[in-house]
Amino acid sequence: MAKPEKVKLPKPGELSNIDFKTPATDWMDTPVNFKPGTYAWGAKEKDLLTLGLPNPRQWSPADEDWKLPEGWKTTILDGIAERLSKYRSFKIFMDICVRCGACADKCHFYIGSGDPKNMPVLRAELLRSVYKKYFTKSGKFLGRLAGGRELTEDVLKEWWYYFFQCTECRRCSVFCPYGIDQAEVTIIGRELLNLVGLNIDWIAGPAAACYMKGNHLGLEPHAITGNIETMCDDIEDLTGIRIEPSFNRKGADILFITPSGDLLGDPGIFTNMGYLMLFHELGLNYTWSTYASEGGNFGFFTSNDMAKRLNYKIYAEAKRLGVKWIIGGECGHMWRVLNQYMDTWNGPADFLEVPRSPITGTVFENARSTKMVHITEFTADLIKHNKLKLDPSRNNHLKVTYHDSCNTSRGMGLLEEPRYIIKAACNNFYEMPENTIREKTFCCGSGSGLNASENMEQRMRGGFARANAVKYVKEKHGVNVLANICAVDRAALPALMDYWVGGVDVYGTHELLANALVMTGEKERTTDLRGDDLPGKEGNE
Amino acid sequence: MKVLFSFLTVIVLVLVAAVGSVLNLKFAFGIIIPYLAFVMFVGGFVCRVIKWGRSPVPYRIPTTCGQQKTLPWIKQDKIENPTSALGVIARMAMEILFFRSLFRNLKTEVSEGPNGPKISYGSAKWLWIGSLVFHWSFLIIVIRHLRFFLEPVPGFVRIADALDGMLQIGLPPIYLTDLFFLLAVTFLLVRRFVIPQVRYISLPADFFPLFMIMSIAISGILMRYFYKVDIIAVKELAIGLAQLHPVLPAGIGDIFYVHIFLISVLFAYFPLSKLMHMGGIFLSPTRNMMNNSRIVRHINPWNHAVEVHTYAQYEDEFREKMKKAGIPVEKE
Ligand code: SF4
Ligand code: SF4
Repeated sequence: MAKPEKVKLPKPGELSNIDFKTPATDWMDTPVNFKPGTYAWGAKEKDLLTLGLPNPRQWSPADEDWKLPEGWKTTILDGIAERLSKYRSFKIFMDICVRCGACADKCHFYIGSGDPKNMPVLRAELLRSVYKKYFTKSGKFLGRLAGGRELTEDVLKEWWYYFFQCTECRRCSVFCPYGIDQAEVTIIGRELLNLVGLNIDWIAGPAAACYMKGNHLGLEPHAITGNIETMCDDIEDLTGIRIEPSFNRKGADILFITPSGDLLGDPGIFTNMGYLMLFHELGLNYTWSTYASEGGNFGFFTSNDMAKRLNYKIYAEAKRLGVKWIIGGECGHMWRVLNQYMDTWNGPADFLEVPRSPITGTVFENARSTKMVHITEFTADLIKHNKLKLDPSRNNHLKVTYHDSCNTSRGMGLLEEPRYIIKAACNNFYEMPENTIREKTFCCGSGSGLNASENMEQRMRGGFARANAVKYVKEKHGVNVLANICAVDRAALPALMDYWVGGVDVYGTHELLANALVMTGEKERTTDLRGDDLPGKEGNE
Repeated sequence: MKVLFSFLTVIVLVLVAAVGSVLNLKFAFGIIIPYLAFVMFVGGFVCRVIKWGRSPVPYRIPTTCGQQKTLPWIKQDKIENPTSALGVIARMAMEILFFRSLFRNLKTEVSEGPNGPKISYGSAKWLWIGSLVFHWSFLIIVIRHLRFFLEPVPGFVRIADALDGMLQIGLPPIYLTDLFFLLAVTFLLVRRFVIPQVRYISLPADFFPLFMIMSIAISGILMRYFYKVDIIAVKELAIGLAQLHPVLPAGIGDIFYVHIFLISVLFAYFPLSKLMHMGGIFLSPTRNMMNNSRIVRHINPWNHAVEVHTYAQYEDEFREKMKKAGIPVEKE
């Protein structure tokens, strides 16, 4: 098996030299070019086995032979038929695109690569052409004239290449006159690929870890408690306050679930310290779970069923522990899943109570059924009711801009809450240009499981549009902090900023809050959570 | 190739009608084919919508383009992120009547700035204007045509007709929509040729309807302003068709048969093609759903059980490690 070579990332100057010219040949006649650095490694046999997915085997996308199972073509076509009968969205999106091109230059992958197959309309056409050939009369009779084409091994490879080059960010859907959502098509395309064992390592691995160990990083229970203990040590050094969080505790009022990215590594852990400090200051009766220790859902990038299997743990654990309701941490896909799918998959959550903040008494009517509240909703409510003592001048060394994560903006509409918190916790806040934020926000380029290292070139291309907007506010206002509410952002954006912008650090929103949070009985702070001197306190160290 | 094929197909259709008319197959072209086309249109349209409707919408997946409903003091965008039926209706109306999403369209440009590449987003409203003019003219023209089929002519048709014919240059009055329509359809066609990306994604199925619509418009205009056909006779035929007592008055010019044949073909083709976006736009789940899935539970009709990794299995695997780390366990 040929191991795909790890390639050196080209310099920014080379990547930004984007050729938007269309090829001379029709897209159906333009073969897919598996350029190293632009695609991720194939799923490993052991992970497919753990998850019970089809066709576990050793393979690599660099191989000529992908070891497809016997009868793969029938499997795929049957899979399409099944999904057409299950999803109206799929049927409609296959049928009504007028190829007006309004979505074309809205995709960050197209903007960053110039590859026409990264235009959402053409990405959909990769699958639509097969749909036409086998499922419509015109395609059956007229074939290519009607835009139909045979399903061949090359077509399948092309799907794999381009469906794992879409971050399911839905930006195209905002601009399409019919709301055609390429993310939806990609989700279904990936499901089809999974039917014959085609996934990527960076999705199958985390999904398997999450399934067995509760979180996608594969942290075992004692590692989780250990990591959090270490964070508590750091908090003690900083504030003089000892925090004693609880784990898997029955009788707690609230279960807290955050993406496991917050439990390990910089800068996620600073956001996590923020949660710990906030909850301690409030005296919240809550608990962590080592079993449901993941909010993010890598199953969502595999298949609907897999997403449901992973999401199951959240309610199961809430029920086992007997909590009243759930708070969820800062995460992107997690919240798209929780907002649009969780109750349908794993509800009804009738064993829980409608969330009510024990501090302010606010009832979260917008989570009446799921019983799960986003932490920025919870915190914004606290600030509004003056329940927190904040000293925003502690963040004066930071000039902050905010990155809307695709999923919380276009799959939920969580736009104001994080901004409200940041503005309360920081004195210097600057928005990026209007066409790059809120529902028009640009993806980090690494979402939906593409945050691997072997496809770094594609990630940097995908994040080019985001980075460019940050660069704009950096040059204009001296911005040096990119705040967000997503664990993938916290993992992906630092590399992106270093590559395209430089001098901009990535922060979770609750890290900024914790910097500003004046805790009862704390000693005078001389540094922020990262150990950087606070403004006016230099040299106190 | 794609363009040529579509163009030639339309030419052949025009010739078929012309030859048919000359050969005096008028009964077929004036009566049988229009009826057939009508049946195919209505039948096909209904079938297609039913076919879509038969697939469920298992999840609530609106694309949210504004602030969600949340704390009482944060202003919700009730139209772009609706939680009520009224909000959805407003959102859909904006979409269907005014092409709200297309209005948002931007032009993305990458250029070389002093500190490296720069991306800028300009306004791009041409496609929006072009489609809006196209669709609204189309609608008004269809309404205007009702005067052929209805006797007495209803008030709204008269009003549309009068307003449309406001521009009184010569006789008959020139319809504004005829002009706008032709301009808009030309614009839509030209942009498919000249914008490289749009040309690249275009299929014969994109050129063909445009050529068809264009030739329908041209034949209609020729018929009205240049080779004048006998309007009284046309109305006689149209009313006969509408009342299911078809009569074939003599002396309608050949060009009329070209016009009606092209329309028939377009109608028959409609349900098989992307033109069904007219029906589909109403059914698009990303636009016609409320974003209230945390407030009320949405049911998936085919929701099935899946295999899960239970807490008990988890504890069995990690019990010793959990105990050592001081994490409570169920079984000692
Ligand atoms: S904007 Fe919508 S209709 Fe237009 S090409 Fe894209 S997906 Fe098709
Ligand atoms: S969902 Fe996002 S990544 Fe995928 S095609 Fe649309 S804009 Fe591109």
